[in-house]
Amino acid sequence: MFLINCPYCGERDQSEFSAGGEAHIVRPKQPTELSDDQWAEFLFMRKNIKGIQLERWNHAHGCRKWFNMVRDTSNDKIHAVYKMGEKPPIK
Amino acid sequence: MNKNLRTTNSNFIDQTSRISFKFDGKTLYGFKGDTLASALLANDIHLVGRSFKYHRPRGIMTCGSEEPNAIVQLGNDLSMTEPNTRATEIELYEGLEATSQNCWPSVNFDIGAINNFLSPFLPAAFYYKTFMWPASFWKKYEYFIRKSAGLGKSPTKPDKDIYDHRYLHCDVLIVGGGISGIIAAKIAAQNNLNTVLLDDKNNLGGTTIFQDNECFKINNSYSNEWLKKEIESLNSFKNLTIKKRTTLAAYHSYNYLLARENLTDHLSLDEKKNKIRQRLWKIRAKKVIIASGAMERPLIFNNNDRPGIILSTSIKKYIDYYGVKCGQKISLFTNNDTAYETAISLNKSGVSVNSVIDIRDKSNSAIVKEAEKLGIKIYWKHTVVNTSGYKRINSIELMKLSDDGTAVVENKTKEECDCLGISGGWTPRVHLFTQSGGKLKFIDKDNIFLPDKSVSEQISIGSCNGDFELDDVIKNSIKSIKNFLNINSSDYENLKINCSKETDKKNIWLLPSNKPLGKTKPFLDFQNDSTAKDVKLALREGFKSIEHVKRYTTTGMGTDQGKLSNMHALGIIAETAEVKMSELGTTTFRPPYTPLTFGAIVGRNVGEFFDITRRTPIHEWHVEQKAEFENVGQWKRAWYYPKSKETMYEAVQRESKAARDSAGILDASTLGKIDIQGSDASEFLNRVYTNAWSKLEIGKCRYGLMLNEDGMVYDDGVTTRLGENHYIMTTTTGGAANVLSKLEDYLQTEWPELDVYLTSVTDNYATVSICGPNSKKILSKVIPDLDLSDKEFPHMSFKNALINNIKCRVMRISFTGEHSYEINIQSNYGKSLWEKCIEAGNEFNITPYGTEAMHLLRAEKGFIIAGQDTDGTMTPVDLQMDWIISKKKYDFIGKRSLYRSDTIREDRKQLVGLLTDDPKEVLEEGAQIVAEAKKKPVEMLGHVTSSYFSPNLNKSIALAVVVNGKKLKGQKMFVPMENKTINVTITDTVFLDKENKRLNA
Repeated sequence: MFLINCPYCGERDQSEFSAGGEAHIVRPKQPTELSDDQWAEFLFMRKNIKGIQLERWNHAHGCRKWFNMVRDTSNDKIHAVYKMGEKPPIK
Repeated sequence: MNKNLRTTNSNFIDQTSRISFKFDGKTLYGFKGDTLASALLANDIHLVGRSFKYHRPRGIMTCGSEEPNAIVQLGNDLSMTEPNTRATEIELYEGLEATSQNCWPSVNFDIGAINNFLSPFLPAAFYYKTFMWPASFWKKYEYFIRKSAGLGKSPTKPDKDIYDHRYLHCDVLIVGGGISGIIAAKIAAQNNLNTVLLDDKNNLGGTTIFQDNECFKINNSYSNEWLKKEIESLNSFKNLTIKKRTTLAAYHSYNYLLARENLTDHLSLDEKKNKIRQRLWKIRAKKVIIASGAMERPLIFNNNDRPGIILSTSIKKYIDYYGVKCGQKISLFTNNDTAYETAISLNKSGVSVNSVIDIRDKSNSAIVKEAEKLGIKIYWKHTVVNTSGYKRINSIELMKLSDDGTAVVENKTKEECDCLGISGGWTPRVHLFTQSGGKLKFIDKDNIFLPDKSVSEQISIGSCNGDFELDDVIKNSIKSIKNFLNINSSDYENLKINCSKETDKKNIWLLPSNKPLGKTKPFLDFQNDSTAKDVKLALREGFKSIEHVKRYTTTGMGTDQGKLSNMHALGIIAETAEVKMSELGTTTFRPPYTPLTFGAIVGRNVGEFFDITRRTPIHEWHVEQKAEFENVGQWKRAWYYPKSKETMYEAVQRESKAARDSAGILDASTLGKIDIQGSDASEFLNRVYTNAWSKLEIGKCRYGLMLNEDGMVYDDGVTTRLGENHYIMTTTTGGAANVLSKLEDYLQTEWPELDVYLTSVTDNYATVSICGPNSKKILSKVIPDLDLSDKEFPHMSFKNALINNIKCRVMRISFTGEHSYEINIQSNYGKSLWEKCIEAGNEFNITPYGTEAMHLLRAEKGFIIAGQDTDGTMTPVDLQMDWIISKKKYDFIGKRSLYRSDTIREDRKQLVGLLTDDPKEVLEEGAQIVAEAKKKPVEMLGHVTSSYFSPNLNKSIALAVVVNGKKLKGQKMFVPMENKTINVTITDTVFLDKENKRLNA
């Protein structure tokens, strides 16, 4: 079970959090102007990387804030957490 | 006890306190400090069980958790009995009762043993291969196979014991209280670190604590004496917690570990009563030091499974620790120096050692010299080729090994014995390391896997890290610990260590015999009866992956998870397939390390504590009225209120009729309520609901449908505008938490520019809903000051009101199609408001109705229930609710998906009404709908989502989803059931009061 450093509350057990999938997928501002394929790209297509992945997490049983995480899916190492709207701290 | 198998020189057994216990119905005696295994051995009982497949007699083989054979059924109480417990781990207590497993009628005479003689016909995967065909016969085969399968018996009644869970946080967790663990604990504690030391035994000290030999000295003391003082010195540390009888079960990422502490398993039946049996510790450690030690390996040779064949170090532990002789004429068979320590211990205790059979050519180590000095006979470069004795070993046959070790040469020698000690070297316990995500490396020199790269803050020290010599264990452990804990010096800087060093090594995974392999039984997995032959057969049949060979042969799949001889299986596979061990890898070690009881896993979360139960403020009233309850999410909701001998059907019919004829009252407190405030609240609702909200006047209510981004209906409910920037949203009971999360997600991540604040107020308000033609009269009695005229208070509007000076919110909204009101009041006034309404409604026969009648009433009106009539694949268009989709709004959640090529298809499943030709016939919810009654196979066009007998229409009604349903109105369809086919007609979804006259009545 991970130990997650919530950017607002500090280190907490994973059981307090819920995962929200891939980060930095921006909801299109003008969905009506998109083709079916473009909309489907936003709606359905997600990466499933073995390695460094950017993810959304929610401190659901805590401050309820959403934030982002840099996690290596091959060994579960969490490299960084950062607030919504911030750029990923590592490339 | 006809033979005296006890010595008097053990410090660990209290020979003054005798304990009686029963094994297979016979009363026996042991001493305080014994395990069941040591007590049985002291009673000259080796045969304790039968093997799984061939039912071969099996005896105690080890002294620890890796025991494959001596697994017993503990207790005979139907709720407390425990199968598959290891006799080597059970501490003896007064009143203990154990029985052999996997044998009938008894362990001494077992009918299943016929399988042993049939064994040439029972190769690996026999069952898979034989019972494949004809496929239809499987049911018959299964009956017989199930009868003979399985080891112990599960308890059949609920567990009466109490189990517990607790959290533990520490700086350093040390797993294993052997010599390296003790050193680690002392260094960590001396450096003011909050330290926890776990050991699965009742005594600390590992194998060194009974290492009582001239060859092994620390600072001129015997190693056991030195260690004993070190253990005593640990008592002075306040920052060190020592937990004995505590087994580490699982090592997860980020140093999260689970350990099971046995609190009462060693106590007598009387002492156990009303105490917590086991506690599961949930540990989060900053650093972990694994000092889990190593397991002695067996040797793989013909008939290596007979009762009386025991690991050599276990024989040493039984004699030195428990004071029990495993036999009176003991032979030892080894490929390393370990067996010589055993030989010396036995010799010292006056047990005659026949000989040591050593596959090596020679050894010049101090310990071997010591054994030679004592006159112990050694057969160098020899191997055991066979053993005899059905229920107890009585002799062995040995032969000389060829120079390359692949064959035997010269003449056979027979040696009589009643016990054979075997030692095939040592396997580091790397299970926990790999559970944590660590990767292993293979060391050719010692034929072992060792920890390589770890992903968490941890080290392995001692023999689990490949150090097997006393001086290496101590010196390397100290170095690693200092480095790991950033410590410059310790108490242990200038230890003087004397020990025997192994000089020669030799390993043969499968020892040769004078017979062809096919005629021998060299067991690998003792519990599952898989032999070296089976593994080779699997390879011949084309299995290459170690994971596949494991499952095909069942090697390593017993309750012991192959702790003892997985390494040999790997070695034989590597040799046969001619691959390197390092390339072959190992099977995955999964938690738990040793079996956990279900009790320990669930702890206190049983019965009413299994899940949170939410009750409304009016709950007590429903209980008093003998309501039946329904679980809706975590809520208990009144389902129906049966009167005297009413059935559920009768009660629901009565309640539904009363609500339309006069007045009904419903506890709607469970509906989710979200308070929405902020200057952008209207814009926010525009974006989350399909319809428009900007023009909703203050004091008005509106029904809204919420979609997922994929266009599918997610939730629905009525939202009321309380003020310019203030709304209260209601959600479905089950959807409340998810809706709030979803809305928060959009607010925080997609629309952070909106000035909106969401608060869950579900629990803050109780909601009483009064419906029916007399609801207005009743409400006017409850709140006389409120103007209830249609002009002042029309349908879909809201008023603040006072009841006895208590503020409340009244909405005129309806889920039943009747004229109705919902009164929301601070929850602690909920019950008194409810009672007030009942009192006011008495003259109108106000009838409390439950969720079932509510569902019936709304179905009459064709109102959907999100989650019952929708299932995540229905768009508003599919529900024939096109009217609720705003054409003017530029965007809302899910809008774009409503005109994807798939969602605009005309032939999607659509919500329709169904009427049965026979108005008395009520359809089953979930029943399939077809267009042709007799065609086979027939296409299934949809299914019934809601179905009731309507007392107000006096006929059966149903809602259903049907392919292309909108266009099929009036069409005849069929609902095929098990014994009949029901004729139905597709109709409109609204069955009652299509003109909404009742709403405004």
